[in-house]
Amino acid sequence: MDERKNIKTTLTLVSLVLLAGILYWGQNNLSTFQIRILNLAAIFVILGVSMNLVIGFTGMFSLGHSGFMCIGAYTAAILTMSPESKELIYFMEPIVPFLAHVEWPIFAAVIMAALISALFGFLIGFPALRLRDDYLAIATLGFAEIIRIIVTNTITITNGSLGLKNIPSIKSMWVYWGCAILIIIILKRIINSSWGYAFKAVRDNEIAAEAMGINVFHAKLLSFTIGSAIAGIAGALMGFLITSIDPTMFRFLFTYQILLIVVLGGMGSLTGSVIAGVFITIIMEWLRVVEQDMNVFGLLTIPGLPGMRMVIFSIGLLMIILFYRQGIMGTREFNWDWLLDKLKIRRGSKRGVSL
Amino acid sequence: MSMDVLLQNLANSITLGSLYALIAIGYTMVYGIIRLINFAHADLLMVAAYIVFYGILVFSLPWWASFAIAIVLTTLLGVTIEKLAYRPLRNAPRISALISAIGVSFLLENVGIVTIGATPKPFPRPSELVWNIHAGGISFLSTTIIIPVVTVILLIAVTFMVKKTKIGVAMRAVSRDFEASSLMAVDVNKIISATFAVGSGLAAVGGILWSLQYPQVDPLMGVFPGLKCFIAAVMGGIGSIPGAMIGGFILGFVEVMLVGFFPGVSGYRDAFAFVILILILLFRPGGILGENVVEKV
Amino acid sequence: MSNVLHTDNITMQFGGLKAVSDLSLEINQGGIIGLIGPNGAGKTTVFNMITGVYTPTSGKVIFNDQDITGLKPDRITALGIARTFQNIRLFNDLSVLDNVKIALHTDVPYSLSASVLRLPSFFRGEEKIHQQALEYLKIFGLDTIKDEIASSLPYGEQRRLEIARALATRPTLLILDEPAAGMNPNETKELMELINWIRDEFNLTILLIEHDMSLVMGVCERIYVLDYGQIIAEGIPEEIRNNKRVIEAYLGEEVG
Repeated sequence: MDERKNIKTTLTLVSLVLLAGILYWGQNNLSTFQIRILNLAAIFVILGVSMNLVIGFTGMFSLGHSGFMCIGAYTAAILTMSPESKELIYFMEPIVPFLAHVEWPIFAAVIMAALISALFGFLIGFPALRLRDDYLAIATLGFAEIIRIIVTNTITITNGSLGLKNIPSIKSMWVYWGCAILIIIILKRIINSSWGYAFKAVRDNEIAAEAMGINVFHAKLLSFTIGSAIAGIAGALMGFLITSIDPTMFRFLFTYQILLIVVLGGMGSLTGSVIAGVFITIIMEWLRVVEQDMNVFGLLTIPGLPGMRMVIFSIGLLMIILFYRQGIMGTREFNWDWLLDKLKIRRGSKRGVSL
Repeated sequence: MSMDVLLQNLANSITLGSLYALIAIGYTMVYGIIRLINFAHADLLMVAAYIVFYGILVFSLPWWASFAIAIVLTTLLGVTIEKLAYRPLRNAPRISALISAIGVSFLLENVGIVTIGATPKPFPRPSELVWNIHAGGISFLSTTIIIPVVTVILLIAVTFMVKKTKIGVAMRAVSRDFEASSLMAVDVNKIISATFAVGSGLAAVGGILWSLQYPQVDPLMGVFPGLKCFIAAVMGGIGSIPGAMIGGFILGFVEVMLVGFFPGVSGYRDAFAFVILILILLFRPGGILGENVVEKV
Repeated sequence: MSNVLHTDNITMQFGGLKAVSDLSLEINQGGIIGLIGPNGAGKTTVFNMITGVYTPTSGKVIFNDQDITGLKPDRITALGIARTFQNIRLFNDLSVLDNVKIALHTDVPYSLSASVLRLPSFFRGEEKIHQQALEYLKIFGLDTIKDEIASSLPYGEQRRLEIARALATRPTLLILDEPAAGMNPNETKELMELINWIRDEFNLTILLIEHDMSLVMGVCERIYVLDYGQIIAEGIPEEIRNNKRVIEAYLGEEVG
């Protein structure tokens, strides 16, 4: 039995309270800009952990994440836009009648986004997950592109390449970080359970996993569907944050950024994805500096280089994968045991003094 | 569809098919030898196109000199990429190499955006090469003939090289059995470099010819052709050079003909290739000419 | 004596190559049966057909009176056949304990919602699995290194872990694929004792492929000899040792 269990439970509760406190303080004291960045970070954290579930924990190299984000974003947007907005925005062709007067509350829309994305994840996973690594990558990439192309062409539902605007705006950190924390807790619990073991077994040695009685295909499909559902939620939240979406937002570029987060944080570590998600979001903003003209000591102006951010990102990804493949956390997670060991708080009375 | 339009479409499909075939070979050769999808392959066509662009417009070089320089430099780039970004990961899990390939692809595209700008620029077509031909009521560009001819010549050359030359045989040996080949005193690294050189050279030619046919260059011009050519290679049987050729031609044909007969689906044009890919991967992953590899348990 | 497993004329054809032809063998309850033969004879192919990795091109595999031909490996494991692999297939990045726990998790004692909501059934289930896994590790002397990463173990311990893991799936038939590969004579002797012990302790039937003759002759009660995908001899160790055809197959030439 774990003698330090009570300490650990207390620590967890205390941190949750602290977190709530920080969110409260942040919501009331930070600037709109800073809040927006932190909310964006929350979305990237959600994307990072969901992609990590599929790639890092189950070993499936899926590059289709942006497709599921797209589905989630459009679902939530269409369900929450007011009928007046819809009439205004859909001016090339009016929206399909049964969606014209639909206006759902945010919470329901997010749930629906998750469900529809999960459905697509299931449908796509069914054929695609039978494929090997590299083929899976291209197939999922292909599916994401097909989704985008369909969205661009079904104008009466999605307004095509014009995109959607006037999506209800949510600015509260509680929503974004609340979702993020909830999702992290749920994922952590799934991973530390029978299903998580199955995912890791499939990742490490598919043939051995099957020999141990695990239905490999079911495990892969479950992981993929959960990952897609969460990506859908992230997409929905993105819509509420930026208030306008269009198909070009969900190009492969997006998946690539999430891939960077997953690799940087460590494939197989939720903690890593959280750290990397926040880090990358902040760096991405900070690097905007590079894309603007820089005034050096008022003497000369170094012209801004648009697109330089992505060059730096590409180099960053290459450096990590070539020299630091483990990422920040490797497959380790932050846990209280590590902290307590560091603070020399003993594990149990067998060793003498306990806390 | 009238006979004229049909002929026009046929001609276009042969042209497009040739371009796809040239680029697909590079994918299939690289995959055959190191089992890697070289995501960066198609971006080389963009690099070659831009080198020609700069050669002609900025340095005022004659077109044949720009072409030659472009091919040489692009080939060197391809070989360098293998040495720096793929070779170190040869013993790493496959996902790492794939991520590296994606990284290189993105780097090339974004360097392009930064240095040249994202807006498409018109490609300078040399008038010696591109002119209008009028025959029996239809008119078409000279490229409609030049491209397939050049392609066929190159395809014959590559096939000859792979079947008859020492290096070609070594390439096939390494694709069959990596370890055994290195035990047979085959310098595996050199063979892999040579494979990348050939593939990149073909991509460079493909890029130049592409720009002659569709005279607009932008940093992302390789993205869709790249995906489609990979799909073509899979369709023909990944690892098989004749397969890549066949796949390229079929894909070009299907793409042009479908839009020709059903103009309403032109918005979905790019989606066809993906649909075909998924169907193949599900029902005949070996492709038309490929074999099914069974993993040893 | 009842028969736990038998195969009826199973054949495996890969394209033009017939790896195994018309093979029929019978494994009796509680026996330790060996399958030997020169390299490439098809031994692992037979294993793979029994454990569902390959589906026989023709013929049937019957386990406990149930036709299991063509079932997938996870179903076959659930029915009571466990195996180890010729080139060890442990879950390399997971700990020794986790490797065994995975095998125990397949009789899932709680639902997905119970794990997400962390209901008591989850904690009970996990505790039970944890204890059972430790028991298995203790038997094989691996409990002291339970938190080590599997790939860091020395070869002999990896082999023992693989066997422990296979046993954790609670099989009635255990199939061992070259368990003595890479072992020195001392380790092989220990392995022989281990095999006998687990057969008695866990009420198992054991089928093993092996090259190491001392192990085969020392522990097997009956032996099948395979060559070019067909059975060329069958009997008790003494009979096999003196069988001319077997000697020829191994030496590849006529003897006396």
